Amino acid sequence: MPAKPKVPGLIKGLGVTMGTMFRTAKNGANTVQYPHVKETPPVRARGVIALREDNCTACMLCARSCPDWCIYIEAHKQLAPPRRAGGKPRQVNHLDRFDIDYALCMYCGICVEVCPFDALFWSPEYEYSEPHIADLLHDKSKLGEWMETVPEAPELEAGAQKK
Amino acid sequence: MIQLAVEIPYWGQSLLRVLGGLVAVLLPAGTIVYVFLFKMMSFMQSRLGPMEAGPYGSMQLLAEVSKWLQKEDIIPENADAKIFKIAPIIVLASTFLLVVVVPFGPDAWFTDFQAGVFYALAIGSVSVIGILIAGWSSANKYSYLGGLRAAGQLIAYELPMVLAVVGVVIQAGSMNLQQIVVAQNTQEIFGLDWIGLPFVLTQFVGFLIFMIAVQAELTQAPFDMPIAESELVSGYMTEYSGFRFLIFFIGEFATAGVFAFIASILFLGGWGVPFSWFGWESLDQVENWMNVVGPLIMLSKMMLLVGIIMWVRFSYPRFREDQLQRFAWKVLIPVSLANIAITAILKVAV
Repeated sequence: MPAKPKVPGLIKGLGVTMGTMFRTAKNGANTVQYPHVKETPPVRARGVIALREDNCTACMLCARSCPDWCIYIEAHKQLAPPRRAGGKPRQVNHLDRFDIDYALCMYCGICVEVCPFDALFWSPEYEYSEPHIADLLHDKSKLGEWMETVPEAPELEAGAQKK
Repeated sequence: MIQLAVEIPYWGQSLLRVLGGLVAVLLPAGTIVYVFLFKMMSFMQSRLGPMEAGPYGSMQLLAEVSKWLQKEDIIPENADAKIFKIAPIIVLASTFLLVVVVPFGPDAWFTDFQAGVFYALAIGSVSVIGILIAGWSSANKYSYLGGLRAAGQLIAYELPMVLAVVGVVIQAGSMNLQQIVVAQNTQEIFGLDWIGLPFVLTQFVGFLIFMIAVQAELTQAPFDMPIAESELVSGYMTEYSGFRFLIFFIGEFATAGVFAFIASILFLGGWGVPFSWFGWESLDQVENWMNVVGPLIMLSKMMLLVGIIMWVRFSYPRFREDQLQRFAWKVLIPVSLANIAITAILKVAV
């Protein structure tokens, strides 16, 4: 079988760019015109962090592990009714403040990983830019609203231990 | 010469020439930026480029220009302010001076220099001074290195460019750009008189060398070491902002247009069509309508050549500084010297 004649790399390079140009003109670009057309981000995209307030025990693991120190937590101890009738009232941490400053956040996701009580979740929502930088500080209620956009957790693998 | 019905006074002629010069420099520059820089480059990278300002983003350039005009004209504290301010104007002025010799039709020219080629090549290298003093006066090491690289590069590639043109001058027997156009359209090749004799056919080596040298003169990739954004921020333009950066920007693309005009005159037959089509014998018999059609022919040839320049620019990565110098001195100059020798021998022998 005769070897194909070798095309010099310089010519080949010109061919690649010209080919791409005609392909774009014929089939359209690989990009989308953003404000008019929106791409759906993948389900596990790191858009924004949502907070399920009921699960948070103010253990501070997320705030301490945050490389940017962008999580602010304040809490106080209070007594909650006993779980079973006749039990003692329990002492719980009540969350007063849970803020994430998205002007500082670098979307590493360590807080989500480290949370032992499943209180933090990734949501693929990404359109929350603000004209004022101070508005990028999302408080407890705003972080709670993002919970609606959190996708369903993927199914566990067969044979995985369910807690 | 055209006999005009109305006698135009001298100041009127001068005004028309200034307007014509502005159109001849700025119109190609704007077209080049939109068609090639905004659209062709985007399509080659599988994106659409600017789409918001005007239909298909055609007003984008106006938006960019008005943005630049609003910006503050920053002059660094340690810069040599006077020279810093003059530098971009020198670069742009050399472009305007260059377009002066370009004939756009049998009578549509600004001045008819006998030594037009000589003038064009001499004025074309004035921009080096502007770039060098821009780099020097910025008081910035990146600007300084960029200016020095630009000086080294432009001087190195000036030589092959001049030597490549010498072949054309020998073959045409004239240094007047108008005469070179006439020579290409009155002669014939292979006995085919309908094709004329565009010198790209006989001087193909010269054409290649000229286009490579133009690429380097315009500091377009792969010869963009003076800008080299990954090494030198933006080379000699680092400290410029607003209006003065805009002048550098216009200068870059206007010069691309004017060099393409000159290349199309030297190698592609300029404004003319082969004179045998209409039975013309010499320049005097060319009819007046060529003064309108000629500029359009020039414009389309210019777009073709700039298209090639930009295509190469968008496709190739940057040379290394030593490779660039070696390529000019060890390859292009010997080849162009051999080209001159062969052209001269054939001219005498045939």
